[in-house]
Amino acid sequence: MAGSVRVTMTVNGAQQSAEVEPRLLLVHFLRETLGLTGTHVGCDTSNCGACTVHLNGEAIKSCTLLAAQADGAEITTIEGMGQEGALHPLQEAFWEHHGLQCGYCTPGMIMASADLLERNPKPNEEEVREALAGNLCRCTGYHNIVKAVLAASEAS
Amino acid sequence: MSATAAEPWVGKPLKRKEDPRLIMGRARYIDDINVTGQLWASFVRSPEAHARIVSIDTAEAAAQPGVHAVYVGNDLDLEAPLPMAWVPPGVEVKNPPHWALAKDEVHHVGDPVALVIGSDRYAVVDAAQLVSVEYEPLPVVVDLEKAYEGGDLVHADLGTNQCHEWSLGGGDLEAGFNAAEVVVERRIVNHRTAGAAIEPRGVLADYRAGSLTLTSSTQVPHFLRLFLALQLGISEDRVRAIAPEVGGGFGSKLQIYGEEIALAWASRKLERPVKWVESRTEGMLATHHGRDQIAYAKIGATRDGKITAYHTKILQDLGAYLMLLTPTIPSLGAFVMSGVYDIPAVQTDIVGVFTNKMPTDAIRGAGRPEATHQIEMMIDQLADELGMDRLELRRKNFMTPESFPHETALGVVYDSGDYPKALDTLLEMADLDAIKAQAPAGKLRGVGYSTYTEICGLAPSRVTGPSGFGLQTGLWESAMVRVHITGAVTVYTGTSPHGQGLETTMAQIVAQRLGVDPQNVEVIHGDTGTGPQGLGTYGSRSTAVGGESVARATAKIVEKARQIVAHQLEASPEDIELIDGKFAVKGSPDKGMTIGEISGAAYIPENLPEGMEPGLEELAFYDPENFVFPFGAHGCVVEVDPDTGNVDVIKYAAVDDCGPAINPKIIDGQVHGGIVHAIGQALFERIHYDEDGQLVTGNFADYALPSAADVPSFDLDRTETPSPVNSLGVKGIGEAGTIAASPCITNAVIDALRPLGVTFINMPLGPQRVWEAIEEAKR
Ligand code: FES
Ligand code: FES
Repeated sequence: MAGSVRVTMTVNGAQQSAEVEPRLLLVHFLRETLGLTGTHVGCDTSNCGACTVHLNGEAIKSCTLLAAQADGAEITTIEGMGQEGALHPLQEAFWEHHGLQCGYCTPGMIMASADLLERNPKPNEEEVREALAGNLCRCTGYHNIVKAVLAASEAS
Repeated sequence: MSATAAEPWVGKPLKRKEDPRLIMGRARYIDDINVTGQLWASFVRSPEAHARIVSIDTAEAAAQPGVHAVYVGNDLDLEAPLPMAWVPPGVEVKNPPHWALAKDEVHHVGDPVALVIGSDRYAVVDAAQLVSVEYEPLPVVVDLEKAYEGGDLVHADLGTNQCHEWSLGGGDLEAGFNAAEVVVERRIVNHRTAGAAIEPRGVLADYRAGSLTLTSSTQVPHFLRLFLALQLGISEDRVRAIAPEVGGGFGSKLQIYGEEIALAWASRKLERPVKWVESRTEGMLATHHGRDQIAYAKIGATRDGKITAYHTKILQDLGAYLMLLTPTIPSLGAFVMSGVYDIPAVQTDIVGVFTNKMPTDAIRGAGRPEATHQIEMMIDQLADELGMDRLELRRKNFMTPESFPHETALGVVYDSGDYPKALDTLLEMADLDAIKAQAPAGKLRGVGYSTYTEICGLAPSRVTGPSGFGLQTGLWESAMVRVHITGAVTVYTGTSPHGQGLETTMAQIVAQRLGVDPQNVEVIHGDTGTGPQGLGTYGSRSTAVGGESVARATAKIVEKARQIVAHQLEASPEDIELIDGKFAVKGSPDKGMTIGEISGAAYIPENLPEGMEPGLEELAFYDPENFVFPFGAHGCVVEVDPDTGNVDVIKYAAVDDCGPAINPKIIDGQVHGGIVHAIGQALFERIHYDEDGQLVTGNFADYALPSAADVPSFDLDRTETPSPVNSLGVKGIGEAGTIAASPCITNAVIDALRPLGVTFINMPLGPQRVWEAIEEAKR
């Protein structure tokens, strides 16, 4: 191992610190070092968005960032969005409107949608579609994802 | 009153039972599963499309810290090459050996040549780059039509690139074309695409103390167990295959992959668990592709629009090897080549052709999208030639609703259908011509239709099996239903869902029949170590075959329950029915027992009928009598920018009929996804190899999957024509949207371009191709 660096960040509200390889990607830090496997990897060209998390409140693709670059940041992953009995409104809406099938894209979709609603609480359909253009889903055809995001925006 | 008049769970758009774990990020996909002592694997893959392996030097890689072993093809002492499951009687299918690691020659870019195993996930990838392989390049065969004609060979020892010839016909073709007053011929290209499930494939092989547990992102754990046993020479009882949460498959995980076999072999050799997860780039190279055929289609009709004959010759690009079902795929389409039309003579002649590319195999629809694409395009082409309205032409040739069960010229018996009704419903839903008429200045709009059927619910084994179609397997399905002492229910299904929502659908089937809440019906799948055998999820079979086996196992439970209740209430079993959640005597609903009370009596057997076994658990195997034939009508409006060639889908409406809906929400979701899969093929996606056999579209930056911004929302409706084949009346729906949609889009683009003189165009309809077609028509 070519040396290692210490990274410290707040993940889902808890402070985390670890010695990691400088080349370790943030997504692998979350998944493998912290065991937060709800964040997924679907590509190697930062196109699919399965790895989307929030960094300091904004959606980013965690495969495009080194863990070291996120040193000091606040990270939220899908595991930090809601729990059984206290789901995030977007989680509720994806469930209610069948916005997922295999579920692999879903955590990334929810994180990207949460970012959109944060910036634009009442988006129209076209704005939802544009905002999710960086998140690929092979199962749903997007119809119910869009419906879920619009419903969540109505509900809030 | 019906015998199952409890809460009508069947037909309800229930929220899915599988969703909580998925929306909370708590599901366990293959990449989320690790075991103590686990090593990591990385494959060294050929950068050459066709070459002889002169030498492989593994020394440097093997010397890297943390590397445990490096293996090449000849190290793997397997019992057999990778499997291919189709042996059609009387047809020679040339099947070149295909090993988990290539031995002497590589035949496509991405062909694996070595396997590096070590303790660190990243270090094995680095070490793999240090394996030095000397290749002697051989001639590369890429173009399908040239490969068919001869010249350079993919497998020199076969002496030809032609793998097999297979035909299916019925009726008098010569008479049909003689009777035709108009004949239209087209060359229809259905290009190569990727399944592109968003979850990459992955495998974790764990051989210990003489037994192998292999967890894989697969659609077919039961087949996988069988072939692992055969390939490694392990008794089947010592092999357990598990499909964990699987992130989509679309056919691309209906396969026995060399990586699964190689990892199992290495785990046994090293006595350590070994794991591998493909990168997307690796997956694009080495996860099977789909489609890739050229059809020379010919349709004949009278002047007044009665179709008299249809002939098609299909060249199927098989890629470099035959995988599990590679050569079978175009034949699946041949059974429904005449679509929804009553055509007296139909013939399909298929030639499978090898090229230096990744093998093709089943991708969503598997042969049926290709068949539907050509017949539905040919209908529009014929209508144009006849100067007849294309819907009128369709109606004129539809099989009539009264004619079902309808035996086609091919001898295939379509189970049920009402094609005019589906089309009428579509036309009532959306006025597509009005939308077309509102084209903004400078833009062209076109309307497209597709009226389709397909063949699914695989399958009656006597038809598809070794002495029939030639698949070396049965295609039944199984289910076990266990009512626990508390009245909670566990269902074990042999299907292996990976997004289709079967945990919910099957729970609804059972809940309806037992008078329980679907929330208390757990559906277990994807593990050969639990429950009965099964055959997996593909070919839109899981509800029509798997769901029916669940219904049948549940019926056996109900039968036993009635006997127990009758005994306890001193009534006759025939008089017991399910009323408001209780099995009660007809006419006196207050005297009855819930399934929980019945199972209590079954598991504490103090008072059971004489000779009855205790417990409440039943198994059913179901082999259908026939396939099922879903159908429907799709229509869309596209908008073309003639200056750029860009195509936008601005309206898409669809009516699909898969029999009585069990969960309408899930059915609609399947249709949405299916349509976008086909829009992807029609407009964006293309697996493209250059003339040297290099994969040009080998990652998600270059392979353009449609995004949310590329597609519209959909207007859906259903008609419900029950199938007489199974007791649920259901037909498959997983592939229907994909089967219907590509000709709908293509026909719409042609409709838009007709004013410019473009009368025919092949997919994919990216801006460049559309623009070129416009320019060509100007000349
Ligand atoms: S893994 Fe695909 S964008 Fe990050
Ligand atoms: S739900 Fe499967 S990829 Fe989106």
